[in-house]
Amino acid sequence: MVELRDPHIVKVGIADMNIVKSPSLIRTSGLGSCVGVIVYDEKKELAGLAHVMLPDSSLAKSGSINTAKFADTAIKELVNRLVIQGARASVLKAKMAGGAQMFQFFSGGDMMRIGPRNVEAVRRGLANLNIPIIAEDVGGNSGRTIEFNPKTCVLTIRTVNKGMRNI
Amino acid sequence: MSFIEKINSLHLDVLKEIGNIGAAHAATALSRILNQKIEMSVPNVRIVSFNQMMELAGGPENVVASVFLRLEGDVTGSMFFILSLPAATYFIQRMIANDSFVFESESPHSEMSLSCLQELGNILSGSYLSSLSDFTNLHLYPSVPSLTIDMVGATISFGLLELSQVSDYAIVIDTVLEKEGDESGAMNGHFFLLPNPDSFEVIFNSLGVATDG
Repeated sequence: MVELRDPHIVKVGIADMNIVKSPSLIRTSGLGSCVGVIVYDEKKELAGLAHVMLPDSSLAKSGSINTAKFADTAIKELVNRLVIQGARASVLKAKMAGGAQMFQFFSGGDMMRIGPRNVEAVRRGLANLNIPIIAEDVGGNSGRTIEFNPKTCVLTIRTVNKGMRNI
Repeated sequence: MSFIEKINSLHLDVLKEIGNIGAAHAATALSRILNQKIEMSVPNVRIVSFNQMMELAGGPENVVASVFLRLEGDVTGSMFFILSLPAATYFIQRMIANDSFVFESESPHSEMSLSCLQELGNILSGSYLSSLSDFTNLHLYPSVPSLTIDMVGATISFGLLELSQVSDYAIVIDTVLEKEGDESGAMNGHFFLLPNPDSFEVIFNSLGVATDG
């Protein structure tokens, strides 16, 4: 759904997604091991952002699932919603950021590597739908706030220590 | 039925008591370290969405110092001790007896200040958890605490991963440590205890509280 209340910046929470049309911007804050993935149609100035928490919906241990939480289901759902809004599936492109490792532990199993696993899962999900990744800023150990402008297709990334960066 | 629907008001009171005992011991430990009276609030036990969880600590973009540890043993879950940057400055000042020290202006942060915060986190989470373990008679094995200074969203989301496989909501036991005479709340430290869903039954059973309604 296109958010109409705030014409400037549409905010996306954790395990959530939304769609935006120019001149509005879309933003998500405080990405750690989570990945923010943006899928957009450049000509139509239409973009969707999902704040993905986990790599795969097979990790869900309960019946009904929140599609925005998992990389595999979030990407499909983003593309569906974009197409409903008039985007052309064949020209979609993507950018992504996040997937950091916020804490260093000696052990702890798979959950400790969740950032890199989220990044791999988003890559796989996009590749399955033949959506090219135009730019990315992933890994490291800093939190990120990201904002995408569907008019310019620039993704602005802010971190606490390194300031702002556009990709 | 999801684990959250089984929680009733008696359960919430039990969880509050856990927050009470844990934080009271931590507040005493902190008072000794800082040689300054530290008070604690009545614990809050809340059932919150992940986004509301971020708001409890000032919103996803708020930059905080947080000490995180994972719990293993009879009860599993995550625990955070979260400090605002002014509070971190104050605590370090007291620990190193230097009133002119300012944590925020350091870039990168010095070994000494990181080590102070790490140690503070160790002691406080240790006293919280050992009193909890005594009270419930459960074995708790905390991981080595890990310190990070970054956005709330980036740090807390990590403690929500296990939960997020089961639910979109978390039960958080939130206790606030307050410096005596600080009205603004800027010097507050938050304890967040986030038990994993299957740990609630263990906690309630250990205290003789029925879980089946």
